[in-house]
Amino acid sequence: MPDSILLTVRGLSKSFAGHQALAGVDFILRRGEIHALLGENGAGKSTFIKTLTGVVRRDAGEVWLDGAPIAPRSAEAAARAGIATVYQEVGLLPNLTVAQNLFLGREPTRFGLVRTREMRRRATALLADFGLSIDVGAPLGRYPVAVQHLVAIARAVDLSARALILDEPTASLDTHEVTVLFGVMRRLAERGIGIVFVTHFLEQVYAITDRITVLRNGRLVTERETARFPRLELVHTMLGHDLAETEARAEPADRPSRNEAGTPVLQAEGLGKAGYLRPVDLTVASGEVVGLAGLLGSGRTETARLLFGAERADRGRIRLDGKPVRIAGPRDALRHRFGYCPEERKTEGIVADLTVRENIVLALQARRGPFRPLGRAAQDRIARDFIAMLDIRPPDPERPIGLLSGGNQQKALLARWLATEPRLLILDEPTRGIDVGAHAEIIRLIRRLCDEGLALLVISSELEEIVTYSDRVIVMRDRAQVAELAGSAVDLTAILRAIAAEAAPAPVPEPA
Amino acid sequence: MRALRSGAPQLLAFAAVLLADRLASPQFLAVHLQDGRLFGSLVDVFNRGAPVALLSLGMVLVVATGGIDLSVGAVMAIAGAVAASLADTYPLPVVLAAALGTGLACGLWNGFLVASLRIRPIVATLILMVAGRGIAQLITEGRIVTFASPDLAFLGGGAVLGVPMPVVLVLAMLLLTLALVRGSALGLMIEATGGNARASALAGIDTRAVTVAVYAWSGLCAALAGVVAAADILGADANNAGLWLELDAILAVVVAGSSLLGGRFSLWLAVLGAFIIQAMNTGILLSGLPPELNLVVKAAVVLVVLLVQSPRLAGLTLLLRKP
Repeated sequence: MPDSILLTVRGLSKSFAGHQALAGVDFILRRGEIHALLGENGAGKSTFIKTLTGVVRRDAGEVWLDGAPIAPRSAEAAARAGIATVYQEVGLLPNLTVAQNLFLGREPTRFGLVRTREMRRRATALLADFGLSIDVGAPLGRYPVAVQHLVAIARAVDLSARALILDEPTASLDTHEVTVLFGVMRRLAERGIGIVFVTHFLEQVYAITDRITVLRNGRLVTERETARFPRLELVHTMLGHDLAETEARAEPADRPSRNEAGTPVLQAEGLGKAGYLRPVDLTVASGEVVGLAGLLGSGRTETARLLFGAERADRGRIRLDGKPVRIAGPRDALRHRFGYCPEERKTEGIVADLTVRENIVLALQARRGPFRPLGRAAQDRIARDFIAMLDIRPPDPERPIGLLSGGNQQKALLARWLATEPRLLILDEPTRGIDVGAHAEIIRLIRRLCDEGLALLVISSELEEIVTYSDRVIVMRDRAQVAELAGSAVDLTAILRAIAAEAAPAPVPEPA
Repeated sequence: MRALRSGAPQLLAFAAVLLADRLASPQFLAVHLQDGRLFGSLVDVFNRGAPVALLSLGMVLVVATGGIDLSVGAVMAIAGAVAASLADTYPLPVVLAAALGTGLACGLWNGFLVASLRIRPIVATLILMVAGRGIAQLITEGRIVTFASPDLAFLGGGAVLGVPMPVVLVLAMLLLTLALVRGSALGLMIEATGGNARASALAGIDTRAVTVAVYAWSGLCAALAGVVAAADILGADANNAGLWLELDAILAVVVAGSSLLGGRFSLWLAVLGAFIIQAMNTGILLSGLPPELNLVVKAAVVLVVLLVQSPRLAGLTLLLRKP
């Protein structure tokens, strides 16, 4: 049925500063279809959406909507042409009323004055279509995110959207809200609107979508009907492993088998936070590397942040050497000799203006408190030692850290925590965005630290990497712990299977 | 040595302004000793600049955390009113403790609003900027309170080894602040907090305490400036004491090369910045130009400083140099 095709994208390309973020992606959206757009970090999903809707200029490629070529220059122009996008962060104005938000820029007027009552009447009618009965005269910001999403969708659809792009709309919604949203999505699809659905939750992909497109490294990997795309194969496709090859590969030979017995340093029991992470149990022993595996948004980073106190857990407890400890914030964690290298190096790791030396001594100084300053000589010694030990380049302790390459910044952050002589070190994506040489060095370093008796918890999307250095692997999915693999069970296939396995109770109930 | 090198532009600017002053008034550099105190236009620059120099010592720390303190002028008025009201009935230590304690309390209030309630610094300190002058008027009951205490008056008109007391107080406060901030790890923590608050908190720095501390210090410095200003005129004028001086203090910090976004700071350059501004004011008065011109000149200086710091302009000069 050629006439059922709504949106055609051919050869869409975009590069940023020499990096090809999107390389000739083809995409087809049919009328009344809910189409999942999937991919890991850096796969090009958000670049695809932004390029498609003209938020960024495309380098090459063509877009047809209903057979007519379009080339919007802004999200607004795209919406006028018929492609509306609703982002995870709702792009509406929380201080205006619901009605004002719905009719912003197209308010019904008479003699140049806004007809508020008419606007509210129409807003109420519009939202009733979406099963939403709320006071449209109240400020939007007073409603929960789920309602704000529905309002954003209602506005988009009312702006005569024929194609609707939902970028992770469910990330901050609870189960019931997801059900409501899915109901709305199905009704819109029945009306012939094509919906592109970006999500990290595989359950939801199988619950609602008709078709799946997978991107990886800026390229289209595959496009298939959801019903004919087994979960395991989907995970393989997203992570870029050839199924047959993975199955055939033996246990990596270079992983040294370690003595099983180590005293548990950290024990977390039922650690969780409502709406953030379902309760997690984990232990890490000294000299042990525990890997946290899972897709993006599966709860890996959330686990690390709860352990370190960067986010306050509302249930469960943490024991250190068997004794319960309270971790109410990073300072508590630091006092108990935890260290945490966050994933977001630039925004949560380095202080760009400060020198390499100052960045390295920061955590140690923080633990000593402001009135027991490390002398300059001591600082110089610590900085010199770690620069030599980790081979930080250039080896100049007085250079602002912002001027170093990503890999060297990462090493300096490692040095920051090693200088505190931690007992437990949490590394979130320690090898993200750094070159191959530094990558191998950091992996070597992880092994050495662990041989010296450090307890390590490492998060990585590079599953081969995790398999190489982990003694145990905890697999996360949909913000919950789903499996734990130990010893010889730690292999790529097992991890992939755990990630792809179907949850026993479906977290997304079918609408009644 | 290193500090001097990093302050080269400011030192050059100060020298240039002094030279211009000398051209405008041939007597400018003349200094003479009278009744054990140095007199002269140059001495006046330091003496008159003292209140803003004191303010800038607190302001530079607040700005280093990425904040701003608009209330310092009003805090000056409050502290001046407290000091003047008590001066004739209580001994000087009590008067000072009350005035400085009031300033500290004002600073803690600002710090509480910014650090605990997470109100934007510009709004949080605007509250006290507006309310503070009213509080000062309540203390003085709307009158100009005068006093006769020679002890308090000494802080404004006295001298130690010929150096006017306000200048001595600036030096003492500079040394005290340096010892407190650079002698401990507070300086590093302030710069880290201003550079990247999230990263600093994750590294275990108590960014909230750091924030409260800088506002408290700013309140204390402002109170001392208010005492000096009151001691100078032997009275407290709640309407005019410290009026608009918060802007001069911010300007001094900007002239010192601090980014208003937070990060690196230099205490002695902030003090130097205050004296550069006063040297301009004095020069315009001496040259017989209308004093209204003062504001225009200050605005021009802000513009030049911002242009010099602007990354766009830095890019432009690079482009110009290339061929």
